[in-house]
Amino acid sequence: MSSPVDGTPVLAAAGLRKRFGALVVLDDVDFGVHAGETVGIVGPNGAGKTTLLNVLAGALPPTRGHVRFGDVDVTRLGAAARCRRGIARAHQVPRPFGDMTVFENVFVAATAGGRYRGVVAHERCVESLELCAMLPLANRRAEALGLLDRKRLELARALVTDPKVILLDEIAAGLTDAECVSVVEAIRNLHARGTAIVWIEHIVHVLVQVVERLVCMNEGRVIADGPPADVMADAVVIDAYLGSSVR
Amino acid sequence: MTLLSVEGLVARHGLLEAVRDVTFELDEGETLALVGANGAGKTTLLRTIAGAHRIASGRIRFQGRDIVDDSAHRRVRMGIALVPEGRRLFTGLTVEENLQLAGQCGRRGPWNLESVYEAFPLIASRRKRRAGNLSGGEQQATAIGRALMTNPRVVLLDEVSLGLAPVAVDAVYRSLDGVLAGGATVVLVEQDLGRALSVADRVICMLEGRIVLQGTAKELTREQVVAAYFGLGREQGAPA
Repeated sequence: MSSPVDGTPVLAAAGLRKRFGALVVLDDVDFGVHAGETVGIVGPNGAGKTTLLNVLAGALPPTRGHVRFGDVDVTRLGAAARCRRGIARAHQVPRPFGDMTVFENVFVAATAGGRYRGVVAHERCVESLELCAMLPLANRRAEALGLLDRKRLELARALVTDPKVILLDEIAAGLTDAECVSVVEAIRNLHARGTAIVWIEHIVHVLVQVVERLVCMNEGRVIADGPPADVMADAVVIDAYLGSSVR
Repeated sequence: MTLLSVEGLVARHGLLEAVRDVTFELDEGETLALVGANGAGKTTLLRTIAGAHRIASGRIRFQGRDIVDDSAHRRVRMGIALVPEGRRLFTGLTVEENLQLAGQCGRRGPWNLESVYEAFPLIASRRKRRAGNLSGGEQQATAIGRALMTNPRVVLLDEVSLGLAPVAVDAVYRSLDGVLAGGATVVLVEQDLGRALSVADRVICMLEGRIVLQGTAKELTREQVVAAYFGLGREQGAPA
């Protein structure tokens, strides 16, 4: 199965390998996301999903292989430099600055990650908070937020840097069904702005509401890539989760 | 006869509700398999039953008695033994020392060093070896043996085959089959659905902290479990 989008990916990894000691966590992974595309990444525990996201974000260097952002090889750039170029990331466990307000948290991201200043930074913060339904809570201290609002703040912090690609790490984990609906809406808002989205998620039924393409990893390799319904019906994918003896 | 009953159990990790209003009963001699994707709440549920994780609300009854306020070590003495994910052996102690330590913490009964070695020949020849120097399969066998040394009424087995080579999984299950055939009461978390269905009387599938499917191993189909496991069919807002 191949990507439904033609052309050059906005963010692409080629021949990625990542070892931790003797353990090979990424084994010759090729991956790409096109401008405005939404891609989900699934796979059982230990498949290498988060490591791939870390390598794409610049939080981890690959042992081998390259990451390109547009025409530029960003393999050697750290996470902060990649963020300033347009690769943002939302973490599974949001860690906002607890004693700052919601607005201040987003303002830090706008100035440090997005390099905006003054009125423009202020306007960008308001826009991002609005898109993530967090504007009414702008003056609340971040430590007082519940899980859903922390996740939305995490999205707003990523969005305010004006990224071309957002990497989402299990943003729906721990949320109730109703809360997932709210997060899905916020992510759809990001997508509507033309931002490419790469989303790791264990909650498959939430993921397939948003993504156009699904990639399944297992034991450090990509084992399926295509339309979500096809990938989730693939016997190789089901075996990866539930063992081959299920067949 | 009901040995363990869980009613409206809720357990959290900080802001995250990992187990949401879970209710089920376990009969004496029954083998129950818990399946579900990563983050479904299986491990937290087992740890909460064992007293290793704090319950947020709900009830756990063991032999009719509410044990929510009992500590983990008291629950071991009552007959609840947990084989934790990752085995968590005392790696600096030998196999035998791990087993002996557990033997001092539980109840009186048929399980002792001799019967454990007989049930798990995999570790009989490794008894003087430090647990940290064992293979994954040998560690899992030691962890199950350690739980049996407490002479439990119910064994909570978390992720039996996780991280083990297929040959090691086969060896562990060969021994486990013998234990189950002896009438043990077991709650088993197992990612390999084929294994789970082959050893369990009943299967519960969890998704995002809730029970979304349960039934006897004989009546559940592969398709039903797969759909429940991934929550497929719920994306249009269909109820679980």
